[in-house]
Amino acid sequence: MTDVIIVGAGVTGCAIARELSRYSCSVLVLERAWDVCEGTSKANSGIVHAGFDAVPGSWKARLNLEGSRKMEALSKELDFPYRRNGSLVLCFCQEDRQALTRLYEQGLRNGVEGLEILEGEEVRKLEPNVSEKVVAALHAPSGAIVCPFGLTIALAENAVENGVEFRLGTEVEKIEPVEGGYRLTTANGVYEAKALVNAAGVYADIFHNMVSGRPIRITPRKGEYCLMDRKAGACVGHTLFQMPTALGKGVLVTPTVHGNLLTGPTAADVEDRESLGTTREGLDELLGRAALSVKNLPVRQVITSFAGLRAHEGGGDFILGQPEDAPGFFDAAGMESPGLSCAPAVGSYLAEEVGKYLSLEKKANFKAVRKGIPSMGAASPEERRRLAAENPLYAKVVCRCEMVTEGEIVDAIRRPLGASTLDGVKRRTRAGMGRCQAGFCTPRVVEILARELGQDPGQITKRGPGSELLSGHHKDGLCVQVSGDRRDV
Amino acid sequence: MKKDLVVIGGGPAGLAAAVAAREAGVEDLLILERDTRLGGILNQCIHNGFGLHTFGEELTGPEYAARYVEKAKALGIPCSLDTMVAELSAIPCAGPGEAKVAVTALNRQEGLFAIEARAVVLAMGCRERPRGALNIPGSRPGGIYSAGTAQRFVNIEGRMPGRQAVILGSGDIGLIMARRLTLEGARVKLVAELMPYSGGLKRNIVQCLEDFGIPLRLSTTVVEVRGRDRVEAVVVARVDQRGKPIPGTEEEIPCDTLLLSCGLIPENELSESLGAAINPATGGPLVDESLETNQAGVFACGNVLHVHDLVDYVSEEAAQAGRRAAAWLQGGLPRAGRRIAVCAGPGVRYTVPAFVDPARMEERQAVRFRVDNVYREGVLEVAFDGRVVERRRKKVMAPGEMEQIFLKKAHLEQVRELGSVQISVCPN
Repeated sequence: MTDVIIVGAGVTGCAIARELSRYSCSVLVLERAWDVCEGTSKANSGIVHAGFDAVPGSWKARLNLEGSRKMEALSKELDFPYRRNGSLVLCFCQEDRQALTRLYEQGLRNGVEGLEILEGEEVRKLEPNVSEKVVAALHAPSGAIVCPFGLTIALAENAVENGVEFRLGTEVEKIEPVEGGYRLTTANGVYEAKALVNAAGVYADIFHNMVSGRPIRITPRKGEYCLMDRKAGACVGHTLFQMPTALGKGVLVTPTVHGNLLTGPTAADVEDRESLGTTREGLDELLGRAALSVKNLPVRQVITSFAGLRAHEGGGDFILGQPEDAPGFFDAAGMESPGLSCAPAVGSYLAEEVGKYLSLEKKANFKAVRKGIPSMGAASPEERRRLAAENPLYAKVVCRCEMVTEGEIVDAIRRPLGASTLDGVKRRTRAGMGRCQAGFCTPRVVEILARELGQDPGQITKRGPGSELLSGHHKDGLCVQVSGDRRDV
Repeated sequence: MKKDLVVIGGGPAGLAAAVAAREAGVEDLLILERDTRLGGILNQCIHNGFGLHTFGEELTGPEYAARYVEKAKALGIPCSLDTMVAELSAIPCAGPGEAKVAVTALNRQEGLFAIEARAVVLAMGCRERPRGALNIPGSRPGGIYSAGTAQRFVNIEGRMPGRQAVILGSGDIGLIMARRLTLEGARVKLVAELMPYSGGLKRNIVQCLEDFGIPLRLSTTVVEVRGRDRVEAVVVARVDQRGKPIPGTEEEIPCDTLLLSCGLIPENELSESLGAAINPATGGPLVDESLETNQAGVFACGNVLHVHDLVDYVSEEAAQAGRRAAAWLQGGLPRAGRRIAVCAGPGVRYTVPAFVDPARMEERQAVRFRVDNVYREGVLEVAFDGRVVERRRKKVMAPGEMEQIFLKKAHLEQVRELGSVQISVCPN
């Protein structure tokens, strides 16, 4: 029996795995997708919130502040892109000023540092492209941005380094209590664990309700996003929020850590937990709303759009820890925004709780530091020179838009829990994330993946079985006809 | 390393420019090419139809490229293959005859290295507009490719991107791929075109679609992609005059592949980093009659300058850029004095070049442009400061086909204080 099984390898599951790997225990992560970071963690705003949004005393409020404080140090320890760019909540009319003041006061109660309310002109001095309609804004200098893939993959790799095992492509079908723990039935066999962590995102309620008589209900809340070219990245420096609504924090406009401009999300509750399609209405609404925040929003610079699902729980807060009727079953459910910001804190909290439950001891040889893949695109000229001199593959550019080299791609594939899909390479190296959106590099990345994995290019997928990129050889389809003709003769 | 001339890109434009520069006497030049062989995108264009103007015969893309590669070889023009240019920057305070541009490039043999060039020819070509730029709603499964990516898979790797395809956009690569996929055993169910006319050459519509019974639906677009892991269907709908989908006209078409052929974008990130002014209508640098950008000694040609329809025109234009770069290096191209603006009037989307200097120009200067709509029996007008000097009726002019007129040096010199040349198209 494994000590701890974590269901779900999103940012929450990976953060818990990494924190649990500080203890002497066996940890197994089961993930139905073929890579980590395949659900909510891959399609969100990439924001480390300052922490003024949540109701004081809630999990969200407590853990956001802690997560936000931890994130910078973590970014250095685990080598992922993070930048404290500050955020502004824009107020467009005098009637909303009271609400803005309430948000400010709530932030103070939550312990957010450096908050201030700026007048319209001060806001525009700080952000010249902010709309003329803005009359005031809440400025939170501790707001930050992070690469959500970078964070999740870093946590996962560091967990592996410290002994955690990951089983990808392993969908949990059933969870039932057994003597001394839980049994998980998957398509790839049965697993048993003394303690179980439910970090299954929009599916967390299903697993919770299998073991607890106190049901929870997760509603997938779809958010659509548009990502714009780096050319538009300097449009704003801060993360610009609008006044929050009942459905969330509203549409934001933000630079990303990689210098693009991101806008989103919309908010629409959906039935289907797989509903990841963007919609014409959603994208139109999104760009319309974003245009309220920023003058001359560069809509022509959109390079891609995508949708993510937030795991919204009716209670409005995270559900963390053991349900009263299911000891040893630890929820990390309802992890909607600010879930990404909270991940480091959620990881610590739940690892401690599991540690207490199983009376685990910390190990002496925990390796806290992880080194990421050196990025040619982000490197200084001197670093580029050195990287190219040390490894000639670092001088072989594969993705020209983001300047990703074969060296980086090979590293991404070979490292522990390495990429095995086109999307996996993309999220680890940024190959294909640029303005041509993988037009040039796809055939080359497929070739490198095939070579490194010892597979035929026809087996290479976008994100796992079923998403094969190629469909046989040319003239395949014709052979049938030719042999048919021959028979006729 | 120092070089008189660095040509960035070893496709048809870069090759023709380098050949012409060498023939004009430039000894110290170098082609930088990112692929492992010269020829650029022509290497994957294995269909025929190239070279009718240049060689008077129908060649395939690789054959056409080979003619220029052989010329370059015969002339002993050096090239660095598998070499990516990472950065171009102007060298400040470079005096006359000194290096103007610092070229930073990288390859496996030399790592990261810098070249100081006295002159540069930009010949980086173009890229395809991706799905994101079109903002097509729906899921994001495998099986969505730009037509050029699919062309590489089929023609170079011998792999099929799918079996049942819908093609959005009737640009030439899309049309060519409709035929290629069909010949290789896939089924192309539909080519959908947003505009009320095709973006490709007439001959491609006939030879690639009509001859194979592939339907082309104009004023139609893809409004949704369906399928979780791999494309399972696309939904197409008719659009109104403003290009907005008309509700109620949606139709689901089951397929496993969506190819996009929705326009090409000149790849000018390097040019912009150098400070070259870009023409928003072409996406390429603003150039004068010598194809020189606003950066002295930096010339542009081929699809990085504006997207061409025929490679023959690319070669012709690039040869001019090479000759002019040579003249510049040899001190025969003084910086422009008098500049006459060449502008796009009604019915014309852009003109290349944007300026001419009669003192610098060759005897005859091609002005290339595209019209903004389909004109049957339309009249092409050239006006000097508003005075029409040339009128020509043309049977058909379409946005998919590049048009050209010629300005004569003698003619321009005759007109005193000429401010602008305007090209326009009047409907019949």
